[in-house]
Amino acid sequence: MSPDTALVLALVLPLSAAGVTALFARRPDLREGATLLHGLALFGSVTTLVPHVLDGQRPALRLFELVPGLPIAFELEPLGMLFALVASGLWIVTTCYSIGYMRAHEEANQTRFYACFAIAILGAMGVALAANVLTLFLFYEVLTLSTYPLVTHHGTEAAKRGGRTYLGILLTTSVAFLLFAVVWTYEIAGTLDFRPGGILAGKAGGGTVVALLALYAFGTGKAALMPFHRWLPAAMVAPTPVSALLHAVAVVKAGVFTVLKVVLYVFGIDLLATSGASVWLMWVAAATVILASLVALTKDNLKARLAYSTVSQLSYIVLGAALANRFGVIGGSMHIATHALGKITLFFCAGAIYVATHKTEISDMRGIGRVMPVTTLAFLLGSLSVIGLPPFGGSWSKWYLALGAADAHQAVFVAVFMLSSLLNIAYLLPIVVRGFFFAPPGAERPEVKEAPLFCVVPLCATALGCVVLFFFADGLYELLAPLGGGS
Amino acid sequence: MGGHLPVLPIVLPLLAAPACVLLRRRPVVLTFGIGVAWATFALTVQLLLQVLATGEPVTYALGGWAAPYGIEYRIDVLSAFVALFVAGLGAVVLTYAPRSLAREVPADRQYLFVTAYLLCMTGLLGISVTGDLFNVFVFLEISALASYQLIAMGPSRRALTASFRYLVLGTIGATFILIGIGLLYEMTGTLNMVDVAHRIAEAKGTRTIRVASAFLAVGFGIKMALFPLHAWLPDAYAQAPSVVTAFLAATATKVSVYVMLRFVYTVLGPATSFQGSKLDWVLLPLALVAMFVASGVAIFQTNVRRMLAWSSLAQIGYMVLGISLANVTGVTAGIVHLFNHALTKGGLFLAMGCIAYRWGSVELRDLAGIGKRMPVTMFAWVIGGLGLIGVPATAGFVSKWYLVGAALERGMWPVAALILLSSLLAVVYVWRVVEVAYFQPAPEERGSVREAPLSLLVPTCILLGTTLFFGLNAVWSAGVAEKAARVLMGGVP
Repeated sequence: MSPDTALVLALVLPLSAAGVTALFARRPDLREGATLLHGLALFGSVTTLVPHVLDGQRPALRLFELVPGLPIAFELEPLGMLFALVASGLWIVTTCYSIGYMRAHEEANQTRFYACFAIAILGAMGVALAANVLTLFLFYEVLTLSTYPLVTHHGTEAAKRGGRTYLGILLTTSVAFLLFAVVWTYEIAGTLDFRPGGILAGKAGGGTVVALLALYAFGTGKAALMPFHRWLPAAMVAPTPVSALLHAVAVVKAGVFTVLKVVLYVFGIDLLATSGASVWLMWVAAATVILASLVALTKDNLKARLAYSTVSQLSYIVLGAALANRFGVIGGSMHIATHALGKITLFFCAGAIYVATHKTEISDMRGIGRVMPVTTLAFLLGSLSVIGLPPFGGSWSKWYLALGAADAHQAVFVAVFMLSSLLNIAYLLPIVVRGFFFAPPGAERPEVKEAPLFCVVPLCATALGCVVLFFFADGLYELLAPLGGGS
Repeated sequence: MGGHLPVLPIVLPLLAAPACVLLRRRPVVLTFGIGVAWATFALTVQLLLQVLATGEPVTYALGGWAAPYGIEYRIDVLSAFVALFVAGLGAVVLTYAPRSLAREVPADRQYLFVTAYLLCMTGLLGISVTGDLFNVFVFLEISALASYQLIAMGPSRRALTASFRYLVLGTIGATFILIGIGLLYEMTGTLNMVDVAHRIAEAKGTRTIRVASAFLAVGFGIKMALFPLHAWLPDAYAQAPSVVTAFLAATATKVSVYVMLRFVYTVLGPATSFQGSKLDWVLLPLALVAMFVASGVAIFQTNVRRMLAWSSLAQIGYMVLGISLANVTGVTAGIVHLFNHALTKGGLFLAMGCIAYRWGSVELRDLAGIGKRMPVTMFAWVIGGLGLIGVPATAGFVSKWYLVGAALERGMWPVAALILLSSLLAVVYVWRVVEVAYFQPAPEERGSVREAPLSLLVPTCILLGTTLFFGLNAVWSAGVAEKAARVLMGGVP
């Protein structure tokens, strides 16, 4: 398959998945089978692009012009390759998981669910492949709007309220700040194309760069930088598969991806590093890392705790971008993949526990490890990866991030990463300890009762993925190496 | 026909209107009217193509009397563009009319509806093509008188009050415009726009010209419902028959904005309007206030049609803002928003017509559960609503893109920020409807309501579909608007 065809397929397949899903509304087996097939095909076509990108090629596609002079265009570079791989790969796993979860729960409106899910993936792919800021912004908003019906899936008062916060914050930040930044960039640079080394270098002065960076960083509400993080916990009213894919992978990663991409290809890391315009952002991100971890400690609801953990971990990536050096950027990019696998495992486990036992509060999960040993074990693996211990993928990204902080002569942020790891241990591991070592309520020994197979297999797969990623970090590094300039 | 093409889009509906009174029988009149409307649209397409092909304005001397003594029609890119979408929307809305009228206007009065509708269209098209000041006033009155009648046909008796109120304010506006034109005539001794533009330099800076600009600004302000001269609009839009609201919202105010553009940039010229009369410092604040106040009021409306009417007032603010920014990008934004908003609001009011037809109410609280019962209509409505917000991939985004760009070009970044902030108010009023429509169960008595009939649904979806098209591929719409803006900014066309 030629790279151009694969690129087109990467955008067409999610769209056709949405269409086919709607077509088979009354035949659930066909509908979900079709989604799964589309997912496999998507992942397949995205994978075929990897060798080309490793070779240094940049497959590109140019559609019509949205505004005269500004086309909707796509171009695949290493960072986008990584994000596309993560999003499309985990779509397959999540679809399997959704089948188990949604059926076990007898959820209503499943067709709408699968169709919106596919459109959300289209949004993620568009963000990953965008060749200019306008295209990225377009798909960013597609992602926001298509996930709104998913967040409010249950249609209850709580869902409506969560949806309001979700849409309110994401649309407000993107329209008020991000769009402003995009138009402003266009005014200054006369182009919106992503170019290695940036398009603003030599065109914008110190104050302007700081202001623009602020507009981009806060405007990308999906990156959940404090104080614009409230939408993420609010979105936890969604069914767990949605929380898993969208709020651990696609939506939030689209946010940090945007930040990374803008830092790399709009500002250029040299501009930021020499002007020091991103130092304030490091502090904001570091503050978010610590504060969100502290909030996570106080949450008893498992999904809420995971949500705040996500907020904290996302700021690792923003911090990596703000460090604006080779290792910071590579570590941040790698963290997109490693955190995605770790966090999706944790969400899958949370959902599996809910399906099997209807428990949502951590304090109720005493002895859960004896009832659901596989799930709890997977939870442990996922936690260790998020904490960043070897031999799990998460350790590499943290390592590079810390290296980046050291390279930038910002020892304080090395300390922040370490402190955050400790906090991760403090809010994740007690759940496992409580599960395995505390006696379950009730006297006699409970029976083993796992969630349906469709739920358990995906979460085992992603937990193993965390381990596999540790040994394949080389490949990741090779893919991402061009980002840091140099080689 | 070649040589007479410029006058045909006016003559055709003008002659067809009285013919409707003679034909009288309902199906015949409606078919005839629709045929005439589409033929007019075809003529305007032809006209625009001709203007774009030559790049020169097409002129036509009425009755063979040479300008500046006779009346001259002078059609540049902007005129042809406005005429095109007025005729196009007129045709689409009239095609939608028969089914919708059946519920809202008694059958024995429908021939009068078609007559008035065609006359209104004549007036609006006439305004956009004429190059003569007094002729503008004449066509303005033709369209206004016809629209008073159209509004008065509304189903409830309150339509009469709404129409009367519009009549009073509209007449005041027209009088102001006439006085303004009179003063211009006094100072320049001519009524031909191009001629005035040439001669105004001699009178530049005189008090008479300044007074004339003030009278004109107020007059057009009333006609286009620029805040705070908007009092007639919400009632008129809420009470008129659905079709009329869609037509007037899509075209009438837009044509008034067009005349304003024409006077500010062609007749008076930027030098007189802005340096002499400081019109930009009058229009810019009013536009900003309109954007916020009208959107704010829209949030608190309980009737969705009235809410959309208030939203129109805010959108007119965007157009006027573009005009008052006085650079090519700003004028482009104003012009392209004329077009984009005509499509969006026209489509939204048609969707309201579908809802009124099946659901029987357009009160917000009555719309509970409509998303399930009329999925296509509501989906189209949501697309339109997203267009009002200016979400990317809708036409509204393109307008906003240019508008923000224009403000930044002038270095007015607070204005740019205000534009973006005001669009967040649109999120609030659009989402109020979405939540009611999709998250509340339909009451039992509406359990059997079906989707709107195809004859209503298709025109609605066509209009809202085009907003998506022009949102994704604005090369044509924004390209033409930019050409028109360049011609305008170049001074005399």
